[in-house]
Amino acid sequence: MKLTRRDFIRDGVAAFTVGFAAPAFLTDLARAQGSRGRNLVVLYLSGGNDALSTLISYTDPFYYSRRPTIAVPAATVLQIGTDSSGLPLGLHPQLTGLKTIWDEGRLALVQRAGYQNSSRSHFLGTDIWSTANPNSSQGPGWLGRYLDALPDPVDPLIAWNTLREVPRSLLSRTVSIAAIPNVAGYTFASPNTGAEAGSERTAALRIASHVPVDRPHLAFVNDSALSAMATLDRVAAVGTYQPTVTYPTDGFGQALRAIAGAMAKQIGTQIYWVQTGGYDTHAQQNPVAANGAYTNLMRTLNNGVSAFYRDLTNLGLLNDTLIVQFSEFGRRIGENGSTGTDHGAAGLMMLIGGMVRGGLYGTAASLQPDPQNPTLENNGNDVRHETDFRSVYAQVIDNWLGADSGSLLGGNFRRPDLQLM
Amino acid sequence: MARGERIIEHLLRRAGFGAGEHELEFFSSMPYGAAVDWLVDYERIEDRVDDFIGQPGFVSVVARRALEPRTVINDARQRWLFRMIHTERPLQEKMALFWHNHFATGYARLAGLLGGAEATRYLNAKPSEDPGQVLGQLELFRKYATGNFRDLLLEISKDIAMNWWLDGRLNTRVRPQENFGREILELFSLGVGHHTESDVYAAARVFTGWQSRFVGARGTLEAHYEFVYNSGNHETAAKEFSFPIYPDGGRVIPARAAASGIEDGIDLVNALARHPQTARRLMRKLHGYFVSEIHEPEPDFIERLATIYLENNFEMKPVLRELFNSGEFQDPSRHFARYSWPVEFVVRAIKEVGWDGFSVADALTPLVNMNQQLFEPPDVAGWDLGRNWFSSGTMLARMNFAATLTRNQRFNLANVVYGSHTGTPQAMVFHMLDRLPAARFDEPALRELLDYTVRGQNWNGSQAQVLVKAAGLAHLILGSGEYQFV
Repeated sequence: MKLTRRDFIRDGVAAFTVGFAAPAFLTDLARAQGSRGRNLVVLYLSGGNDALSTLISYTDPFYYSRRPTIAVPAATVLQIGTDSSGLPLGLHPQLTGLKTIWDEGRLALVQRAGYQNSSRSHFLGTDIWSTANPNSSQGPGWLGRYLDALPDPVDPLIAWNTLREVPRSLLSRTVSIAAIPNVAGYTFASPNTGAEAGSERTAALRIASHVPVDRPHLAFVNDSALSAMATLDRVAAVGTYQPTVTYPTDGFGQALRAIAGAMAKQIGTQIYWVQTGGYDTHAQQNPVAANGAYTNLMRTLNNGVSAFYRDLTNLGLLNDTLIVQFSEFGRRIGENGSTGTDHGAAGLMMLIGGMVRGGLYGTAASLQPDPQNPTLENNGNDVRHETDFRSVYAQVIDNWLGADSGSLLGGNFRRPDLQLM
Repeated sequence: MARGERIIEHLLRRAGFGAGEHELEFFSSMPYGAAVDWLVDYERIEDRVDDFIGQPGFVSVVARRALEPRTVINDARQRWLFRMIHTERPLQEKMALFWHNHFATGYARLAGLLGGAEATRYLNAKPSEDPGQVLGQLELFRKYATGNFRDLLLEISKDIAMNWWLDGRLNTRVRPQENFGREILELFSLGVGHHTESDVYAAARVFTGWQSRFVGARGTLEAHYEFVYNSGNHETAAKEFSFPIYPDGGRVIPARAAASGIEDGIDLVNALARHPQTARRLMRKLHGYFVSEIHEPEPDFIERLATIYLENNFEMKPVLRELFNSGEFQDPSRHFARYSWPVEFVVRAIKEVGWDGFSVADALTPLVNMNQQLFEPPDVAGWDLGRNWFSSGTMLARMNFAATLTRNQRFNLANVVYGSHTGTPQAMVFHMLDRLPAARFDEPALRELLDYTVRGQNWNGSQAQVLVKAAGLAHLILGSGEYQFV
């Protein structure tokens, strides 16, 4: 077998990661499951990101005519070249850190990602992206199905979500997902002190360990208590992490800081979930003014992601990390009467990481409001999907997680022409 | 004292937030049906609970000087928790919480638009305390708690907090804005899958011109926004829907003169309230909220409640009375068959453990960590209910709130136990379980509780030992999986 340079780096890094002595608190289980050394970070922009303001088709006259007050001026976009159809594109002016990642060849932009008959509902749309099933968005999420397929027993810290509730994508039938929004608060408190507190902790652990017969609902709640108590020490170790860069103080930046800490402390987690909200920009979207709503969203995104990227680079973890970003839909092309945009269809996906093949994938829509315009739908009002989002998931599953996308996605969504990593 | 009738406790956990000892004594003295009527027909009980804030004998609040629930959101949260704990109209508060989740409106976005004080005002002000007589959204929910759903749907469409939250104030003829039009169909009435995309566009046009207007002199306390129908911003053309708007089956709201265009919205609200799908969806939500989350509702039960709703002109009271009097509700298999909301958990724990010297301010951050901050639902769809409340982080937050509460109440707990039940460790465990009702502890879990009472030192029943063990035991029970069910 011919060894490519990329294979070499990949294998070399994996060997290097395992070569570190695992900290004593790691259970054998976590060590075994964490030894792959690959991290997946799913980044969700909640509310429906206006992809047309993130990646800007700044030479399309209809972008400006249909958005008279909320278009980003061509002169200010961060130009990144042309896509395969020859259209010049640029990043939102706040995305300077992402532009650097782009220049390093580690940012892939998948244009017009979506699916047929795109739901304009936040809730159905999120369920569809989460289950990877536009026809019946019931049951576990696409990552939950991956976790379900892992051999038992699965480490309770295999996945770490930085929210309090478990996002649908991670919802699993058999694996309890750790929800750790705040490392500092993740301790066991007692009304008593000293030995008495210790007795209580022992008793609480034993009560939660008890598996009630024929009472799955109670067993589920007990399991969430148990997975908390079983992971307290490892999470506490994350709290001691000293990052190599300064993270933004907002919730998004702090969540990414905790993720970097978990990676650095090698606690065995493989999948991380992080999200940042406010993308439901129906009114006063303002992507131009320094303190406009969308400007702020892009600043938060850019500052968090670029700090994380630099921290991982410094830690030597970049090649072990893949960030995949999505949102439940793109937004309407024309601005509404409130200088905002309503719910639309296809959107933008971003992939970032040391093994990512940076570049522009797919083609930008022509925004000409002709009902026959093949790149649009809904009478020329919304962007039509070109790349099925499940093709991106398939690459993540096959090439990064090392599982079989055919069985996890219930169909073959592999696209040999789409090589994102 | 021993706990009262199990069925009465069940009713009070569901139609209210559980019972302190005095409430239980009071309700246990009446037949079940009379207790239901007492809870449902609460208007005859004077609403004076706010007068008790800051009085001895009640749970404490923390405020710099006086509580300012009209303008300070954390004070609004404290007042609501206080009311849930001490109200004499528990069903009113319970339904207000239901509507808060159903018409979920978030403070942070409003504060960004209006400032924190005004955002709090439109969410929480009582007209009697507001210089401009503003009726905040929560007061609207209290007013219509068990009232007419059609009226509530119409009033929420005019509510200032909602008008800003879902951008209705910006919805105009020239460029209709879909945010409110979409959610009134998808979340407030029919539900997803029962309307089309073009229904959304039509609904947005229906509500064009339903906006806010500023009244009073700027800078005065009286000045405030109020609802206005701006005929000049209303789209007058006909609007066609995929479902009947009128009793004769007509699906088109006719073109109307701008001056009477507000009738469009009234027609649509009537149609949505009357739609059998709205009735079924509401009844299913009520089933989950009051009856069970671990049993699928019987279709007959949902149809029976939906029929009562439709035949009683969308009044909620007959529905609730039927629900609480039903065999489905009272069946023992439905006891502890719901996953408690964090707010339910916190309020019940305080009511059952005790509150003397405890402040509801100490529940605010824990509630955030349990994932339910009042006035801050995650989005317009409300909170993710049922098992979605539970993750390792949120469960830990519940356990840790239990630790905070029991540490604070350890003398009260010890006194109660010491006075009557120190004979044996068993007696103490059963006393605690009686005081803190939970889903059944299986024998091995029960044994762990008993073992705990004698772990570290043999049982001697001394005051010092009871002080430690009563608090520890209460913490273990409140933090158990069993107690998370109501």
